Amino acid sequence: MSRRTSPVIPGFGLTLGYTLVYLSLLVLIPLAAMFIHAAQLTWEQFWNIISAPRVLAALKLSFGTALAAALLNGLIGTLLAWVLVRYSFPGRKIIEAMIDLPFALPTAVAGIALTALYAPNGPIGQLAGMIGLKIAYTPLGITLALTFVTLPFVVRTLQPVLADIPKEVEEAAACLGAKPLQVFRYVLLPALLPAWLTGFALAFARGVGEYGSVIFIAGNMPMKTEILPLLIMVKLDQYDYHGATAIGVLMLVVAFVLLLLINLLQRRISTAST
Amino acid sequence: MSSATLTAAAVANAARRGNPLGRRLLIAGAWLVFLLFLVLPLLVVLSQALKLGFGTFFAAIFEPDAIAALKLTLIAVGISVPLNLVFGVAAAWCVSKYEFPGKSVLITLIDLPFSVSPVIAGLIYVLMFGSQGWFGPWLSDHDIQIVFAVPGIVLATLFVTFPFVARELIPLMQEQGTQEEEAARLLGANGWQMFWHVTLPNIKWGLIYGVVLCTARAMGEFGAVSVVSGHIRGLTNTLPLHVEILYNEYNHVAAFSVASLLLVMALVILLLKQWSENRLSRLRHSDAEE
Repeated sequence: MSRRTSPVIPGFGLTLGYTLVYLSLLVLIPLAAMFIHAAQLTWEQFWNIISAPRVLAALKLSFGTALAAALLNGLIGTLLAWVLVRYSFPGRKIIEAMIDLPFALPTAVAGIALTALYAPNGPIGQLAGMIGLKIAYTPLGITLALTFVTLPFVVRTLQPVLADIPKEVEEAAACLGAKPLQVFRYVLLPALLPAWLTGFALAFARGVGEYGSVIFIAGNMPMKTEILPLLIMVKLDQYDYHGATAIGVLMLVVAFVLLLLINLLQRRISTAST
Repeated sequence: MSSATLTAAAVANAARRGNPLGRRLLIAGAWLVFLLFLVLPLLVVLSQALKLGFGTFFAAIFEPDAIAALKLTLIAVGISVPLNLVFGVAAAWCVSKYEFPGKSVLITLIDLPFSVSPVIAGLIYVLMFGSQGWFGPWLSDHDIQIVFAVPGIVLATLFVTFPFVARELIPLMQEQGTQEEEAARLLGANGWQMFWHVTLPNIKWGLIYGVVLCTARAMGEFGAVSVVSGHIRGLTNTLPLHVEILYNEYNHVAAFSVASLLLVMALVILLLKQWSENRLSRLRHSDAEE
């Protein structure tokens, strides 16, 4: 009983019990099943699967494009968040409402729409073709698709933080003679960085695992434009459950380690700034 | 306010706005990103869908396989959203109203499905319930099919939409604290009365917001559902999977027609989201003013 701060409020046992049972049945046990399945493999078997050139190429592609997309979003998202919070201009409400479109739009729809747009015969693909740039069916196309589906993350994590920064801080800096860029560099950036990293990490994690929007624009050529989730799909279609499981475990572990690193970085930054 | 502070405020405001040129450039940049990244894909979907006129457009949407896919999508949404809604309320309740060891671990675990690839979400259920999975032999003995059938699709949808409602409610309920509930209890309300008359009205808009996000994802989920569906036309095809099949058959006009149906649903969801978000921020505002 001592654990509860408010013994007056009923329902602790019921809600905690329900939460734990539901969480275990739907998420924890099935995820554990994958690790137990992978544990049936010897280290050598596991290593052979994940060190195959095709898997390594897909690994590089998935994490590389997700990283590039998250960085691109770091720029675009900061711009959008800044403009939406700080300026009032015609059309602001529409842009504000439409930012979440990539979350609401089914990824398959996004996938075929972006492919139609960036394919060599599509409107943007033709323009890019004139300067000799191929977008669809290359890593660039994958990066653009990932940028689209993860667009809201950075914007939405930055917006509340940006709105909460007290006006007085910037005003004080400006009154003390700081130029706008200096204000941004020394006042805003340190305050925004933790939230920026959160948005970046969310976009990155989503990008690594993303499937629906990518497979249409990727072209899916083994060794060149084949992403890791697709490779799991391929192995499953061949009833190669061991292969699929090993790649699944690899993906989860690598993504987890990277997120942990970002988390540590974020902690260091927020302790350094306070 | 004295005139001195007024001028100081004006100087500071001008500084905050930056120089007009930089400001205009930034706004133009935002518009460019908006048009290029968000509007153009929408226009492409609609123009491709209507390329051959409204006749073919409606034919693709009202085709029996498309209707069956729509039905299955609605079933998946109709089961997964209420279940995750109940879970979300329960989880937010125990996390926000009580202190207990391991709470932050629990919150992390609730968010876990967000960082798992949808394809892995499908894979884990295949490993559990597929013919070679843990329960595979038992299920086939009892003639129950989960993977490559509707239950598998529902399970995969449940997994990917798992955190949405809980995630919206936890910060909201933590912010609101326990005072009002305690007051209700001390005035003699029983647990359910307290929940219905005090908690629910307080969290209503956050709840709706979470449900809207959950619905959007449930309706559009592709990767996870794709793994467990088996792609049987008219039986285990959801709308997004139907789009994929049509597209891969080079039936692009039909694919974009069905896609534009999903697009319209997405726009409706965006409207609902905006509406609940506005109500939520108004609620927070009035709380702040009190």
